[in-house]
Amino acid sequence: MYRKATMALAVAAALGLPHAAIAQTQDELRTLREQVRQLDRRVTDAEQAAIQASSRPASESAMNPAVSVILNGIYSNLSQDPNTFRINGFTPTLGDVGPGVRGFSLGESELAFAANIDHNFRGTLIASISPEDSIGVEEGYIQTLSLSYGFTIKAGRFFSAVGYQNQIHAHAWDFTDAPLANKVFLGNQLNEDGIQLKWVAPTSLYWDVGVEAGRGRQFPAGPAGGRNKNGVSSGNVFTHIGGDFGTGTAWQTGLSYLSTSPQDRTFDDADSTGTTVTNSFSGRSRLWVLDGILKWAPNYNPTYTNFKLQGEYFRRKENGDLTFDATGTAQTGGFTSTQSGFYLQGVYQFVPMWRVGYRYDRLNAGTTSNELVDSGALTAADFPILAKYNPTRQTAMVDWSPSEFSRVRLQFAQDKSRSDVTDKQVFLQYIVSLGAHGAHKF
Amino acid sequence: MKTILRIVVVLSTAFAMLPATAALNVFACEPEWGALAQELGGDKVSVYLATTALQDPHRIEARPSLIARIRSTDLLICSGSELEIGWIPLLLTQSGNPRVQLGAPGYFEASQYVVKLEIPKVIDRALGDLHPGGNPHVHTDPRNIARIAQALEDRMAQIDPANADGYRSRAKSFLGRWQVALARWEQQAAPLKGVPIVVYHKDFSYFINWAGMREAGSLEPKPGLPPTPAHLAELVDRMKIQPAKVVVYSPYNSPQAAEFLSSRTKIPAVMMPFTVGGTDKAKDLFGLFDDTIGRLLAVVK
Repeated sequence: MYRKATMALAVAAALGLPHAAIAQTQDELRTLREQVRQLDRRVTDAEQAAIQASSRPASESAMNPAVSVILNGIYSNLSQDPNTFRINGFTPTLGDVGPGVRGFSLGESELAFAANIDHNFRGTLIASISPEDSIGVEEGYIQTLSLSYGFTIKAGRFFSAVGYQNQIHAHAWDFTDAPLANKVFLGNQLNEDGIQLKWVAPTSLYWDVGVEAGRGRQFPAGPAGGRNKNGVSSGNVFTHIGGDFGTGTAWQTGLSYLSTSPQDRTFDDADSTGTTVTNSFSGRSRLWVLDGILKWAPNYNPTYTNFKLQGEYFRRKENGDLTFDATGTAQTGGFTSTQSGFYLQGVYQFVPMWRVGYRYDRLNAGTTSNELVDSGALTAADFPILAKYNPTRQTAMVDWSPSEFSRVRLQFAQDKSRSDVTDKQVFLQYIVSLGAHGAHKF
Repeated sequence: MKTILRIVVVLSTAFAMLPATAALNVFACEPEWGALAQELGGDKVSVYLATTALQDPHRIEARPSLIARIRSTDLLICSGSELEIGWIPLLLTQSGNPRVQLGAPGYFEASQYVVKLEIPKVIDRALGDLHPGGNPHVHTDPRNIARIAQALEDRMAQIDPANADGYRSRAKSFLGRWQVALARWEQQAAPLKGVPIVVYHKDFSYFINWAGMREAGSLEPKPGLPPTPAHLAELVDRMKIQPAKVVVYSPYNSPQAAEFLSSRTKIPAVMMPFTVGGTDKAKDLFGLFDDTIGRLLAVVK
């Protein structure tokens, strides 16, 4: 190119011809144009490369699932021996719902994996490692991503959508322990092996309806681990509606109905002579839960201050047969009960990082009829745990969250679960989250 | 079971269905993307703003009303780069709407189409709330708005081919007006070159880069952590030696920390609109930059 131009220049100079000078300018122009074109292409390429380089693929750690760990530790000071914990007036649940051990203890550590499996499914596994060195599967389920019309299906083990708090992981609770109602009606927290179908309505007001069919592996079903039978042993139907009002309030309310048929659901009690006996219940158990949650933050900006009000009302009807001393004399009679309970709690973040909360729990032992006692075969003293009593508890807490990933909480409670004594409880707890932990539900 | 069915039937008639218009339902995670979609879509789109300028887009509750909206969304527009990591993934899995899941045409991340700044070299939570993909607040550079508008135009035409011509012609008109405005802003912002500025959060980095300003500090000790007295005291000392010209914060930030620094150092504190709707003048994207530059010039001159 340049040589050509130089030659043209030389020729033009030699001959002194004006048309040669024009040809030279045109040649130069062409050269310049070509250079500009190439430069432009290089700039565009560089720009594209920069965009490429600065755009990390929008996925969770490239192809690895998002992994997170929850650690929590507690110091407990309990005025009553936790080994004598019981909630009087109510059938004991299959697991331990007590306040834990005294002194320092490691709470449950959680290990969670989650990722989209493919374009159709998302998978989640949440394992809990107990301080006693055993590993349990808290949740392990797949969930559809590609069903249309607002439908999603979940299958595997998951926290049942019965009530509100039951679906929330313990580390995201606003208090150290579960409400009394969750303890007596759901054995702390019900996670079911089964399948859930949920539909979200195409309305501007949030509305969902869902059904769950499960194995009945936990209280209120029974026996522990589930029945040895085909088909469905536990069913749950639920619906929620929710929306916004004003310039900072969001609300949601839900109704759920859990129906199970416990078979040989056992519990230990002491008979009138003080001897420990194992009783068992078979029949039907139906539980209704009405829940409500309201969250307020000025202009929906919860960074500085916010308030959360949460409450649930539980009502359970059980009817069937109660067997006294199932492993011994095995006397059986009809048994029905209608019991209820509720809790109401409020948590207020008054400055960034600091929250205070108060919770009130109350259970109503309601009415029970026990044929074994009514017929005179046994006395009420043979079923001390079922003696009518309405447990209550008051709880106050303050917590400090220096970042979204850590929280330190101090909680005081006056627990009147036992009919004869008040347990004054103090918990000092830390909860931290490491790694890519998913967002929390409303 | 029968009672439940009856309740379901009653409820379903009680709730008004969403207006079944032919318009493309757009869910904008932040107001700036809602404004852009409106510019490109006109009456062919129905835009829902998930947040306002008074909300911190990092901290949004996955409210039921947002799930209900996503359920009927055709196009979701977010900043991306993990800005919405605390709420959007949850809304998506709960919504039962495959059209807007990650990777679907209805899922649009604006930050994917521009060169991102501040991609961390070291990622560790001890350094604060970092975005591994780079700073997500890309909309504060007016050149980025033009780039994203082009990408969004293509996406809207892809999702709603019936109205593609309309989107193309509206985009052309918008980009034409934007180039004129951009030339004006470049001229107006010339005095801002090299001016030291203290920010609240690193949400003005793209603007600072565009205007050639110099970030002299931030009120947050680490990204995402609220200002602490110790950090502010240190900042006051630093400003006494090397004063900045202006302290800025966003409408969703509390003005306290900026005012504290301002009162101790006599450096003016200014609330920026940050996004569309952040101030009265920031009614649309043009107003956003007019007001942003105007507010800075008012104190820098």
